[in-house]
Amino acid sequence: MDPFEDTLRRLRETFHAGHTRPAEFRAAQLRGLGRFLQDNKQLLHDALAQDLHKSAFESEVSEIAISQGEVTLALRNLRAWMKDEHVPKNLATQLDSAFIRKEPFGLVLIIAPWNYPLNLTLVPLVGALAAGNCVVLKPSEISRSIEKILAEELPRYLDQSCFAVVLGGPQETGQLLEHRFDYIFFTGSPRVGKIVMTAAAKHLTPVTLELGGKNPCYVDDDCDPQIVANRVAWFRYFNAGQTCVAPDYLLCSPEMQERLLPALQSTITRFYGDDPQSSPNLGRIINQKHFQRLRALLGCGRVAIGGQSDESDRYIAPTVLVDVQETEPVMQEEIFGPILPIMNVRGLDEAIEFINRREKPLALYAFSNSSQVVKRILAQTSSGGFCGNDGFMHMTLASLPFGGVGASGIGQYHGKFSFDTFSHHRACLLRSPGMEKLNAIRYPPHSPRRLRMLLVAMEARGCSCTLL
Amino acid sequence: MEREVQRVRQAFLSGRSRPLRFRLQQLEALRRMVQEREKDILAAIRSDLCKSEFNAYSQEVITVLGEIDFMLENLPEWVAAKPVKKNLLTMLDEAYLQPQPLGVVLIIGAWNYPFVLTIQPLIGAIAAGNAVIIKPSELSENTATILAKLLPQYLDQDLYIVINGGVEETTELLKQRFDHILYTGNTAVGKIVMEAAAKHLTPVTLELGGKSPCYIDKDCDLDIVCRRITWGKYMNCGQTCIAPDYILCEASLQNQIVQKIKETVKEFYGENVKESPDYERIINLRHFKRILSLLEGQKIAFGGETDEATRYIAPTVLTDVDPKTKVMQEEIFGPVLPIVPVKNVDEAINFINEREKPLALYVFSHNNKLIKRMIDETSSGGVTGNDVIMHFMLNSFPFGGVGSSGMGAYHGKHSFDTFSHQRPCLLKSLKREGANKLRYPPNSQSKVDWGKFFLLKRFNKQKLGLLFLTFLGIVAAVLVKKYQAVLRRKALLIFLVVHRLRWSTKQR
Repeated sequence: MDPFEDTLRRLRETFHAGHTRPAEFRAAQLRGLGRFLQDNKQLLHDALAQDLHKSAFESEVSEIAISQGEVTLALRNLRAWMKDEHVPKNLATQLDSAFIRKEPFGLVLIIAPWNYPLNLTLVPLVGALAAGNCVVLKPSEISRSIEKILAEELPRYLDQSCFAVVLGGPQETGQLLEHRFDYIFFTGSPRVGKIVMTAAAKHLTPVTLELGGKNPCYVDDDCDPQIVANRVAWFRYFNAGQTCVAPDYLLCSPEMQERLLPALQSTITRFYGDDPQSSPNLGRIINQKHFQRLRALLGCGRVAIGGQSDESDRYIAPTVLVDVQETEPVMQEEIFGPILPIMNVRGLDEAIEFINRREKPLALYAFSNSSQVVKRILAQTSSGGFCGNDGFMHMTLASLPFGGVGASGIGQYHGKFSFDTFSHHRACLLRSPGMEKLNAIRYPPHSPRRLRMLLVAMEARGCSCTLL
Repeated sequence: MEREVQRVRQAFLSGRSRPLRFRLQQLEALRRMVQEREKDILAAIRSDLCKSEFNAYSQEVITVLGEIDFMLENLPEWVAAKPVKKNLLTMLDEAYLQPQPLGVVLIIGAWNYPFVLTIQPLIGAIAAGNAVIIKPSELSENTATILAKLLPQYLDQDLYIVINGGVEETTELLKQRFDHILYTGNTAVGKIVMEAAAKHLTPVTLELGGKSPCYIDKDCDLDIVCRRITWGKYMNCGQTCIAPDYILCEASLQNQIVQKIKETVKEFYGENVKESPDYERIINLRHFKRILSLLEGQKIAFGGETDEATRYIAPTVLTDVDPKTKVMQEEIFGPVLPIVPVKNVDEAINFINEREKPLALYVFSHNNKLIKRMIDETSSGGVTGNDVIMHFMLNSFPFGGVGSSGMGAYHGKHSFDTFSHQRPCLLKSLKREGANKLRYPPNSQSKVDWGKFFLLKRFNKQKLGLLFLTFLGIVAAVLVKKYQAVLRRKALLIFLVVHRLRWSTKQR
């Protein structure tokens, strides 16, 4: 028995009936999302604290406010985004109406991860709903408390004829993926990303894959180590390092490393106190499996700062590793934890070469007072996104698209990019039924004279246009 | 195969294909190739599809030249970084989108317009700064051969290579890793391409096909309608992905439509269509037999003549076609035009929606409301109203499918975008670390509120301007230099606090 058959059929029927098309309907859905965030604020804070030991600050700033911001942005711009986009015409189409119509795809599947379980579920959802789709949401079963709220509370705020939450683990998700969707939006690991895309290929379903990788962070010699330490530490240990765009490892000279270590220690103490485990501002690892994985990584290289762990609490101290070999596990997989390895390089060239030897990351960071250095790194590397002299601040700007490239992902979203991602851009040309004389040149029979005329016209033309 | 792809990748990694000047040079060289070797190219297309010089030129070469010129004109603007709107948190920073090449692009061409469907994507890939491997369709052998011969003579031989071969070679090729694959062809192979791409997480653009419906309303000028449809349908002997595949109309119109199409065919191709130099042939025997089989059991209103020796199929129209028959089950891709009678536009819309989303949709009517309704209540890659094919010709349109007719789009700037990564860049300074104290732990409720403020507060540009002037006024009023810095900070703080308080009260 297929547990999803009925739900999917119901949603498809609603879509075909056209219910999700009118702007008013979509706006009502978005307002419902906004109310969900407002009404359940405390519940959500508690759930995030339960799942990831997130502080009120982190929950507010990286989950609730971001989601709220996207809802507001979409509501404000919905009608503008939905408008037909008129395009420049050529000689042949001068008298016609030429526009791009933004259409919903139909049935959208959103598979969300556990590290920012609210943000990474709701922000894509905003885009999908604004674009007029029906949505099936598959929240992560690993962030259990948020999953429960999304399953029990969220549907009450949305029209359930075009929205459903489905629950389950890898097996159920696999079953779900056998069905046909009109778009699949997946956030998670590259390994599962491949599985999702392979499943999508069977139905020719377009996908957006927000994956990950190891985000390099280059630190130039001429920086103030304390400022660098503040910024890097904040972004590395935010959410106990479980952020797809966190700086994964540092690249710097041995001299810079000497200056950074005491600065990092000072920062960590200032942020989390002498006993970080008792700080309310440090998160915890999501589950035992990841805790064990991270604890094993503590054995790589040499622990310069931190290194403590507590299994009963799934706590790992803010850690810095040095003397790490490229072949060690901590440099082979995305860390996704509060561990920062420092790799030594002798200068920018070696750093760039190091970065380019590896898969394209989701984010790239470079700290330097010299804009030359920053621009050079930008020009000679590739990554989903880039921030100079800070961490993932580029994500907070909705006018910048967010997504990966290469192994770190396919597609981009946030703000208007979400709306465009979940829309089919349909080229519409409305010609007039008259003016048939103008078409005469395209009809056979064609004479050599006509070909000569055409060639002459092509030579003579000043701008590019197709005569037909 | 692996070695070939590696060689191209090494060429890309050398960075040669990135500078604007190089890309423009290559595009200019490509243009020269098309102009200087026009005869060879047209001859190859003729051998493959029996296409006349005029047709090959006007259907394929013109589009390629137009596309190259469009790129040459606009590329300098497109490659530049584009600044984006900033928020309060990033006010003093540089924020922009920088397009970058993806790397090694694979273009798998099709046989029906073997030149343009391979070269137009190539133009986009070169413009975006990539290295390219081109795999022309082996069915259009002569074009494949000429491309392999000409491209290395004009373009960089390490960055842009042609690999020829059949199914086996293509399968081998698809095992390699690319940074983007653009495939033009049929749905079945499209799935294979996407599945192969999934193994490497390679983004794909799939230009597939389907049955493009053509609805003819009672309220239209049938003369003109039938001329336009005849032109679009029998062009390239029906082997066009966006040809009107079948007609939907009220039963009473059928006879007139048949009559007018018949007349138009005579006008276009003469009494003996077989002898018209403007009428093409079916690409090969397999497709010839396939299309023949679609005629079985059908009511042939006119046409139906065939000649296996020359792979000739006459322009044919079928009437009263049963939607369950074979001709309505697959994309025809031939000069056979079924007419499926429907009661009215409602039935037509339902008919279309019960089927896979097509690559193109056509609707003929004087009634604009009806056309609008057709567009509103259906989906397709693209639409042309009151004509056929034409939306392909405007390169400010993204050209692509939806659902089983494809994913992604290209042409013009859309090609450039398809083959680029638009990289968001935020450049901050190492100064002003004091401002960051708001975000660092240990946190407090006030920090939480500040956090929300900076993320959610929206500034009205005019108000901001006025307040900025006030702020400037405060600064200007300071006479003693050594207090300037302190006062500036205090003013900014006052400004922010005032706004924060006002905003907080609004929030409650």
